[in-house]
Amino acid sequence: MKHLFFGGIHPKYQKELSTGVTEFQHITPKEVVIPLLQHIGTPCTPLVKVGDRVLLGQKIGDGEGLCVPVHASVSGTVTAIEPRPHPSGRVVPAVVIKNDFQDREAEAKECHIPIDQMDPDEVLKAIRESGIVGMGGAAFPGNVKALSSMGHIDTLIANACECEPYITADDSLLRTAPEDVLLGMKILAHVLKPERVVLAVEDNKAAAIAKIQSLLSQHEGIELRVLPTRYPQGAEKQLIQAVTGREVPGGQLPVSVGCAVFNVSTYAAVYGAVVRGRPLTQRIVTISGETVREPQNFVVRIGTSFHDLIEAAGGLTSRTERVISGGPMMGIAQNDLAVSVVKATNSILCLPEDKNGAAENPVCIRCGKCVEVCPMRLQPLYMYRFEQARDVKALERLNVTDCIECGSCAFTCPGKLPLVERFRKGKQLIKEARGK
Amino acid sequence: MKLTVASSPHIRGNFRTNRIMLDVVLALMPGLLVGTLVLELRALLVVLVCVTSAVVSEWLYSQVRHTRNTVADCSAIVTGLLLAMTLPVTIPLYQAALGSAFAIVVVKALCGGLGQNIFNPALSARALLMLLWPASMVRFPALGVDGVTAATPLHHMVMPALPEESLLDMFLGNVPGCIGEISTVALLLGGVYLIVRKVISYRIPTAYLGTVAVLTLVFHKTDAPLEWMLYSLTSGGLVLGAIFMATDYATSPVTKPGQVLYGIGCGVLTVLFRYFGLFPEGVTYAILLMNACVWILDRYTAPRRFGCKKGGKA
Repeated sequence: MKHLFFGGIHPKYQKELSTGVTEFQHITPKEVVIPLLQHIGTPCTPLVKVGDRVLLGQKIGDGEGLCVPVHASVSGTVTAIEPRPHPSGRVVPAVVIKNDFQDREAEAKECHIPIDQMDPDEVLKAIRESGIVGMGGAAFPGNVKALSSMGHIDTLIANACECEPYITADDSLLRTAPEDVLLGMKILAHVLKPERVVLAVEDNKAAAIAKIQSLLSQHEGIELRVLPTRYPQGAEKQLIQAVTGREVPGGQLPVSVGCAVFNVSTYAAVYGAVVRGRPLTQRIVTISGETVREPQNFVVRIGTSFHDLIEAAGGLTSRTERVISGGPMMGIAQNDLAVSVVKATNSILCLPEDKNGAAENPVCIRCGKCVEVCPMRLQPLYMYRFEQARDVKALERLNVTDCIECGSCAFTCPGKLPLVERFRKGKQLIKEARGK
Repeated sequence: MKLTVASSPHIRGNFRTNRIMLDVVLALMPGLLVGTLVLELRALLVVLVCVTSAVVSEWLYSQVRHTRNTVADCSAIVTGLLLAMTLPVTIPLYQAALGSAFAIVVVKALCGGLGQNIFNPALSARALLMLLWPASMVRFPALGVDGVTAATPLHHMVMPALPEESLLDMFLGNVPGCIGEISTVALLLGGVYLIVRKVISYRIPTAYLGTVAVLTLVFHKTDAPLEWMLYSLTSGGLVLGAIFMATDYATSPVTKPGQVLYGIGCGVLTVLFRYFGLFPEGVTYAILLMNACVWILDRYTAPRRFGCKKGGKA
């Protein structure tokens, strides 16, 4: 059964920029800055103090409630615990560790039980203790999502769409460590007991697809779905629609339609956590864009600064206009390259000024392209108009809160309206009105 | 290094307002070429006057009202050109200039400018000229004979009778009529270009022309239903209106079902006006009337909310 998600666009993908280098460099910086908040939820409390010696993989922060721990990504000495800039744009308390380059590891609790005999509770515990969050960008605590999906889902999806231009981190993972992903899927499938386990990938990743296909016979029960490339296929609601034909209603979670989606990097991290007993201390990060000299993928310690990574990739050219954490469609522009790579950082992009960029005086000509491309079936032009008028009632009627901020409308708009920006304001207006 | 911090998305497509406008101008060129070749060289003069008047009005308005100068979006060029396409080649130039200024200042700028106007500026101006100088608007020179006026094919059809011109002449544009309306094939060529360039969708023109085709085939006024239909489709400003006027962004719906209904509405009204109206032509008033219904069409054909059944319930 073939399904498609609504709308969507075809931006220039530029993936080949960063796929040329196939040998990954491992980056070990002199110092790591590990934010105590790298997930959606409450921040961790530090478990170490300044002057403490820490081991690689040692838990250095944890907390109650919607919270997962953070771990040291190098061995060395804690030199500071203080607020530091975070790629989300906020300032967040962080543990600063000076690397002793010894990589002395904390004791890893390996697990040799076959996957189908694992205890689900133990698996969830291992996922939590390893600090696993959604690594596609959302950073929702992995154990919480898994727990809330238990017994309520019939479809488990691994998201390898990587539909944002430039980024090839998931693609690289599939090409170099496909077994980790497939075994991670098996572990979560064992815990969540879905009927279908689907690895969804877009058709612009031929090498990764070939690799997975060659391994599928050894991993019964995993279905590979190759989807026609279109942005924003990798958005959770759109991917569920593309794989199952189901639509997640506004304000609800995938579990409401019997689905759970995790990024492929998250599955690999689950495998590392459960079987090898390794917490989440490193990840693959794409450094790309037209203004970084040697675009490539790195294996990066969590807490490495953007600056160190960009230097490792040959540095920036003078044409650099912005540096983005994440993809060009939904990522966050940075003003301080001292920010560090967090668990959800899949990419750092260095881009020149966009020649198709914002107009001096944006005007809506009512062309309706935004309505055509909106994957959530919204009417961006009217949302924009009523946000300008600060008409909260009309904004609610237009379901502005359904907007996933994928940017397809703004990308397409010939009048170059600042649509996504205004819709964030529109959501804020509704929130304020409801709060009163 | 100074880094820019701005909202996502950080890349945008190469679609631009002025590119769209220039595409429309380009798409009108085949029609204008045939108009100039078949009618008189004066056609170009009328176009020049209309476009100049439109651009100058746009500029003057921004100067007088101290608003931003919007000439660079090229929409005034399109409006002026579109109006010229709907005028007889013999029209006094001051009338053409006045119509063009009216389109820009009253119909567009006073309604809030580009994208805000309710009525199609070029068609509104044409409607005004038909009221002010009805005689100028129906004076068509006979082809190849100097100083003699001719009836357009549409005038024959009022009688009702099939026009004297062959269907091939109708299709190619070898007939008397307004500057830009005579050649069906040239206009279709422009339409295909606009659809290929994704400037317009096929929905409105197809629904419009399809509706007229069905209605004239069923309610034919002569013994030859098929020919009656084909003459109906190729005469008057129907194809020009369906491709270039009814698809005007500002004055047409943005939803897909809305666009189809709008096209059908234009078709029904055109046939009604042609059959029962005072004038032989019905396209201008049909589209203007449908312009007024756009907000209703958009409102009631709004897309179903994601994840909900029609009506908004989950």
